[in-house]
Amino acid sequence: MLEKRPSPSRFWTWATPVLAVVLTMIAGGMLFAVLGKNPGEAIRTIFWDPLFGEFAFYLRGQLLVKAGPLILIAVGLSLGFRAGIWNIGAEGQYIMGAIFGAGVGLAVYPTESRMIFPVMILAGAFGGWLWAMIPAILKTRFNTNEILVSLMLVYVAQTILSKAATGFLRNPQGMGFPGSRNFSTYPAARNVELVSGSGMHWGVVAAFIAVIAAYVLLQRHILGFQIKLAGQAPRAARFAGVQPTRLVVMCMGISGALAGLAGMFEVTGPAGQISIDFASGYGFTAIIVAFLGRLNPLGILLAGLVMALTYVGGEMASTNLGLPSAAIQAFQGMLLFFLLAVDLLSNYRIRFAKGRAA
Amino acid sequence: MTSELLRIDNVTKAYPGVVANDDVSFAIATGEIHALLGENGAGKSTLVKMIYGLVKPDSGTMRLHGQPYAPARPSAARNAGVAMVFQHFSLFEALNVAENVALGMEEPPPMRALAQKIRAVSEEYGLPLDPARMVGDLSAGERQRVEIIRCLLQDPKLLIMDEPTSVLTPQEVDILFQTLRQLSAKGTAILYISHKLEEIRALCDEATILRRGKVVGTCTPRDVSARDMAEMMVGAVLTPPARSASKDWGDAHAALEVTGLNAASPIPFGTSLKDISFTVQRGEVLGIAGVAGNGQDELLLALSGELLSAPGMVKCFGAPIGDKAPNARRAMGFVAAPEDRLGHAAAPDMSLVENALLSGAVRKGLTRKGFIDWAATKGWAEEVVAQYDVRTPGTWVAARALSGGNLQKFLMGRELSQAPEVVIINQPTWGVDAAAAAFIRQEILNRAQEGAAVVVISQDLDDLLEVSDRFAALNEGRLTPTRPTEGLTVDEIGLMMGGAHGLEVAHHG
Repeated sequence: MLEKRPSPSRFWTWATPVLAVVLTMIAGGMLFAVLGKNPGEAIRTIFWDPLFGEFAFYLRGQLLVKAGPLILIAVGLSLGFRAGIWNIGAEGQYIMGAIFGAGVGLAVYPTESRMIFPVMILAGAFGGWLWAMIPAILKTRFNTNEILVSLMLVYVAQTILSKAATGFLRNPQGMGFPGSRNFSTYPAARNVELVSGSGMHWGVVAAFIAVIAAYVLLQRHILGFQIKLAGQAPRAARFAGVQPTRLVVMCMGISGALAGLAGMFEVTGPAGQISIDFASGYGFTAIIVAFLGRLNPLGILLAGLVMALTYVGGEMASTNLGLPSAAIQAFQGMLLFFLLAVDLLSNYRIRFAKGRAA
Repeated sequence: MTSELLRIDNVTKAYPGVVANDDVSFAIATGEIHALLGENGAGKSTLVKMIYGLVKPDSGTMRLHGQPYAPARPSAARNAGVAMVFQHFSLFEALNVAENVALGMEEPPPMRALAQKIRAVSEEYGLPLDPARMVGDLSAGERQRVEIIRCLLQDPKLLIMDEPTSVLTPQEVDILFQTLRQLSAKGTAILYISHKLEEIRALCDEATILRRGKVVGTCTPRDVSARDMAEMMVGAVLTPPARSASKDWGDAHAALEVTGLNAASPIPFGTSLKDISFTVQRGEVLGIAGVAGNGQDELLLALSGELLSAPGMVKCFGAPIGDKAPNARRAMGFVAAPEDRLGHAAAPDMSLVENALLSGAVRKGLTRKGFIDWAATKGWAEEVVAQYDVRTPGTWVAARALSGGNLQKFLMGRELSQAPEVVIINQPTWGVDAAAAAFIRQEILNRAQEGAAVVVISQDLDDLLEVSDRFAALNEGRLTPTRPTEGLTVDEIGLMMGGAHGLEVAHHG
């Protein structure tokens, strides 16, 4: 029997993500066992080897490379999610940020100036923001559903991406192969690895800054308070003077801009170029990261690292153990599933009802 | 006729931290109208929930017709002949009367037969009701009839009524009482829960008075004065609030001036405001009466700034503010207290400190360049808690963890301690005990004395008669002309609240 707690439990708020990870390991292990793999070995490959295994020196760097965009996007999404504004289209905003950022850089190729990279950063953020404004304005003007519109715009963005890779951003010297010029050969526009082998690039720095800024916003600033209020009690928010329209535009804008930034840092750094398969699902995985981190910036930081681990470890598992990549995706999905399920514990307690008296 | 129907012996029910019923005993005879009297939190609700099978007693026994009676669930209570009309209706607005009645039955008869039965019962007891009408179109009084008829179809031996008159006009109350007397004459006992003493004196044969979970006395209401009953209920001598003579503030414009206010309701099935005009001077309290759902919520929204209108429709000291948002109005000195506490006036899952910030940020200067001064907010929340006697373990607890009365005290304190110029309150004493109600009314009068213009919207006539200088009533979104409170009779008030509208229709017809 479930009983609502008078106040949400602090202990369970933080214990549920851990419990969810453990449950995912168990259920995932069972899944791998059914697939005929040794579950212990698979779990070790995913969670242990990237950190302490044979190739850890390389894989640890990969961890930050993967975690950076996840955290950056998830922090932005978490603000909207807290306010009850569901931007599901971060993947599209990520792509548009990459195209805008890369576009600016490629337009001035091969000029060398210290101003180029900062302008590209702004362009990337603008691209993501612009793409998020479409669902935001449709919602505030015509009351459309931002979930559907933002999601649909992901597919539009993917089409534009393939046009960019095969058309307007294609490398003129690429001998007709799809894909833009590679930024690793263009120093002024390149997102460099700041400490060699660490995986630390400007996008990771931006992610850390976003975590801190979001933390301060939510804890100390009236806007953060209004975001929380709007999500928890919309009528009380209006009573407190929150304008729902402004909040929608602001939350969609921030999440779009951060997703755009993530895309821009990715294309100029780890990915290196605009290519047809540039979109790798970070925008969707970030939704899981946001919830796994309890929509809390510090939680998202940890959750992003855990999720990056399943990415890196998952890749290892699929190459070394021959696990199908769909199994890894299912594994990541389980994480969200278990989190949402055990989430109940922070607001409800389980009472084992005694036998009903006649 | 005087055979014993229900007997309750030494019933005790404890919840963590509070004993809701402590060794309670009383008996109801067949056909008797028995009042259960007590302040909020006295344990009336817990007691009737036990009789209706919603709560199990920790100890003690109940006997019905002399047989041991321990209903495990409401359906068992209904089968034993006990029915209950709740204070809050559980009706679906988008279904018609007969469909709503059918939903509450375990084996509903065919719709046509049911409609016929409803018609028969409604005629028998003088409760006119058309089974085919949509519940969404019914007035509160008519909705209550649906609930009563739903109970009467079960042919109950005991009918429990929880605060049935809080949503009715005085005229509707009369009709209800006639029905209840008729039921009583036919042998149905009625357990009538209320804290309205005059009603109990008019209706009930016997009364059991509860205070803090214990039976503190029984009386025959016709033979004692309302004041004696009140003092038994509260356990103290009550003093009405003190008010000082009005004074002239020498303003060029009224503090609050509403002219021809029209606004569509943002609430589904809500009531739009139609051509509302009134003025309130500094130091003056305007009381607005009305049966629930006649535009009270909408009027509060329009005055607080949550519902915008044309600029000139609402003026503050002559400045048009109809198009100003809530915080702009707060900056000018407005405070507002909506009726719905959890979800509108307060965020249920947020702490009292956060809820203090919710409406106090502007006037108490709790933010600097948008950054929240949590220390100052906490300090102020603690002041409110101390000053308004809010019983809570601390200011960190979530608003929903407080009892209704305590949260009400906190929210009233939050608004009234912001040094307001214009105060708008809907239902100021909803759910609080008599002592707290007296304190809140006194604070309202104090703000007026300090120079605030006050609008009190309430369904509780005691609130309005004690605090207001002038009086008006809302009726289907229209406001009657205001009249001085002094010298108004209850009949006149009743006509203002709804009777007058009915007469108007009769004239046209």
